[in-house]
Amino acid sequence: MVSSPLLPASQQAQSIYDLFQIVMVIAAVILLIVTGLVVTAAIRFRRRPGDALPRQDFGNHRLETLWTVIPFLIVTAMFVLTVRTMRQVDPHPIDRKPDLEIEAHQWWWEFRYPGAGVVTANELHIPVNKNLYYRLTSGDVVHDFWVPQLGQKIDAVPNHPNYAWISADAPGTYLGTCAEYCGAEHAWMRIRVIAQSPEDFAAWVKDQRQPAVSPSGMGIAGRGLFLGLPCMNCHTIAGTSAQGTVGPNLTHLASRQTLAAGVFDNTSKNLARWLADPQKFKPGCHMPNLNLKPNEIKVLTAYLEELK
Amino acid sequence: MSKHPSAASPSSIREVEEYQGLLSWVSSVDHKQIGILYLLASLFFFLFGLSEAASMRIQLARPENHFLSPEQYNQIFTMHGTTMIFLVVMPIMIGLSMYFIPLMIGARDVAFPRLNAFGFWIFFFGGLLLYFSFIGGGAPVAGWFGYAPLSEKAYSFSPGQDYWAVALLLTGTGSIASAVNIIVTTFTMRAPGMSIWRTPLFVWMTMINGFLLLFAIPALNAALVMLLVDRNLNGFFFQTSHGGSALLWQHYFWFFGHPEVYIMILPVFGIISEVIPVFCRKTIYGYGFLAASTVAIGFLSFAVWAHHMFATGIGFPMYYVFAGASFLIAVPTGIKIWNWIATMWGGSIRFATAMLFATAFIIQFTVGGLSGIAFAAVPIDWQLTDSYFVVAHFHYTLLGGSLFGIMAGIYYWYPKMTGRLLSEKIGKVHFWLMVIGFNGTFFPMHLMGLYGMPRRVFTYPDLPHLGALNLFSSISAAVLIFSLLIFFYNLAISLYRGEVAGDNPWEGWSLEWATSSPPPPHNFEKVPPIRHRRPLWDYQHPDLPDPVFEGTRHDE
Repeated sequence: MVSSPLLPASQQAQSIYDLFQIVMVIAAVILLIVTGLVVTAAIRFRRRPGDALPRQDFGNHRLETLWTVIPFLIVTAMFVLTVRTMRQVDPHPIDRKPDLEIEAHQWWWEFRYPGAGVVTANELHIPVNKNLYYRLTSGDVVHDFWVPQLGQKIDAVPNHPNYAWISADAPGTYLGTCAEYCGAEHAWMRIRVIAQSPEDFAAWVKDQRQPAVSPSGMGIAGRGLFLGLPCMNCHTIAGTSAQGTVGPNLTHLASRQTLAAGVFDNTSKNLARWLADPQKFKPGCHMPNLNLKPNEIKVLTAYLEELK
Repeated sequence: MSKHPSAASPSSIREVEEYQGLLSWVSSVDHKQIGILYLLASLFFFLFGLSEAASMRIQLARPENHFLSPEQYNQIFTMHGTTMIFLVVMPIMIGLSMYFIPLMIGARDVAFPRLNAFGFWIFFFGGLLLYFSFIGGGAPVAGWFGYAPLSEKAYSFSPGQDYWAVALLLTGTGSIASAVNIIVTTFTMRAPGMSIWRTPLFVWMTMINGFLLLFAIPALNAALVMLLVDRNLNGFFFQTSHGGSALLWQHYFWFFGHPEVYIMILPVFGIISEVIPVFCRKTIYGYGFLAASTVAIGFLSFAVWAHHMFATGIGFPMYYVFAGASFLIAVPTGIKIWNWIATMWGGSIRFATAMLFATAFIIQFTVGGLSGIAFAAVPIDWQLTDSYFVVAHFHYTLLGGSLFGIMAGIYYWYPKMTGRLLSEKIGKVHFWLMVIGFNGTFFPMHLMGLYGMPRRVFTYPDLPHLGALNLFSSISAAVLIFSLLIFFYNLAISLYRGEVAGDNPWEGWSLEWATSSPPPPHNFEKVPPIRHRRPLWDYQHPDLPDPVFEGTRHDE
């Protein structure tokens, strides 16, 4: 997997990439001319013994006007292309309600689907070939939502909701990240966008709308422990009394690919390590070390593993 | 070397007690001593900035490294940026301006010598205060642009952010004092005959720079005071949880911050405009265009700040205006590049180390300028801002540009300041290692950005190419830092063993070369007559005087 604006996977990212290529070609030509002239001058006009005093050339207004006007025309052309691409990337909608709500937190992402009533974290599922309009907010400091292959980045500014578009041309997993420095764990505020066929997406939504499964075996003790510990103050597990909104919604935690916004793959071993000491793997994060005993970690892991 | 005898007789005033001994360095109001103090203090802080850079490159050398904790890394990158900008590049510029403006315009000193000393000491203690934060409860962690509300107490509880704000208030106040001094000196202290159109381009550009400082720094100071009120008196200018505005800080900061990037390059444009003609034995090409384009940059630099905010959602009308202005500012900057090349063209170029640095400057600064134009194209900015592409971009302008230009200036003027030449042999090793180290460190950062690496991350996942690019960058950074240690060695050893320079080792034409090296406390016994832009040229080539340009006669 890569995470590069050079491999656009949506119309929007493609438009930006096209503009980028044009600007880079112009820049390369200018750089080539400048470097060529400097190197040529350095070789041709290097001082040699017995050189006469060079002609004192004070300038030439006509020539200088030329190298004022030509760059002006070049940047004017670039400006026109810029405006055109801006409109392709961000067409202004008329009274369209957002399909998605994204809220950034130190250091994780909350994704809400207002139509379907689904809430999830760090991994965004979207149907392919559908341009979705999203509303982006922040619960604390300034963050930035950036999935390079799918389109523009945009800041999540507290008290200042922003709106933008996201889509993907083909099913697949697209990586992104927070792109505005937001404190200690800015590096581990990764994003995964999972683009699915409309059928797969519909199935995913259906699953996500279910409340959490009733645990079995060790998981039953795990649920009891979860609801007895401070976990429930911060996390929601739908269908239980855990309704905290400080941390990610865990109702379907086991259906996600990663943990802690990209720190680990989602495996039971990693989950147990995480519960044992979050501060060791994501120092500074807002999840405290609850000093759980090995047995408590075991049953909690068993419970959370069941939350498909 | 010049045909006239040395105009200075250094023996007399140098014996005055006030100009001798260590105490004179503390009590001095002499622009040359203060200029040197600025340079020494900058080099001192430069060592800190470099060690911070080295720590960051060690941490990033491989993915998911644990050399530094996130908290340490965040402190270090914040201090690296703040140090290099406020405690290294700016004071070097101010130091060179303070030392050379009076000499180049034939003045005895700056207009306000005591204000000059005040400016230096308040800057120096501001810098020390910033570093005191390490032992005073933790260094600042909110980055050099201290975005609110991250810089507010709710998110950055350690006093580091307060130290940061107070330190920048102090250094900023010093910069304003220097700006006033530079402007007034340039306008009122020029020797008879030196009309504004005969003033050397270095003075021209530092004078414009004075105006930039004067109008930009107060915006920062105002914002810093508001931040301090928020943090210590429960204000809520930027506290979003209490209805404050995060974007208000950004507008204030970048209203200062974008002129600031020109503040760090205009004096270098001046240095390059002095160095290239001298080493090409050819007059500067298009003096008028070079001076006027600087004025254009000065005005435009106050109309581009929101291009740092293209991803904040401030709206299309704002984007159009600031994208337009940002494209436009490329034009006067481009004019300078062409004029410098035209100056080299047809010259007789001597590649002393100063000229090597000036030549590399032109190419590297062009790279930084062109990647800068890409950021004026709003959609490209939407992809690449806050990625490593930006880190590459501004290091090409600030290091490949400003620092290379500063090196050209130091190799050029060190003999004037010390009386001895820097070793050319060591200088060439320094130059080539620095070119290799610099480009090796920062060119790959363009690619890191294009492979999706955001800036200011203490680590990164092991995605394709990122590990290899970062490792290459870190190894090159070692070469770059080694080259700078060679530079420090050269500065030290040449002070004692360098070749004695004489008054005018490079056959320069501006007035600083008309006095002894180093100049006496009173600068000139007698200022040579100024009939043209190149006063010493007339002595060297009495048979080939410069033409007198229109509009310059009224002074005679």
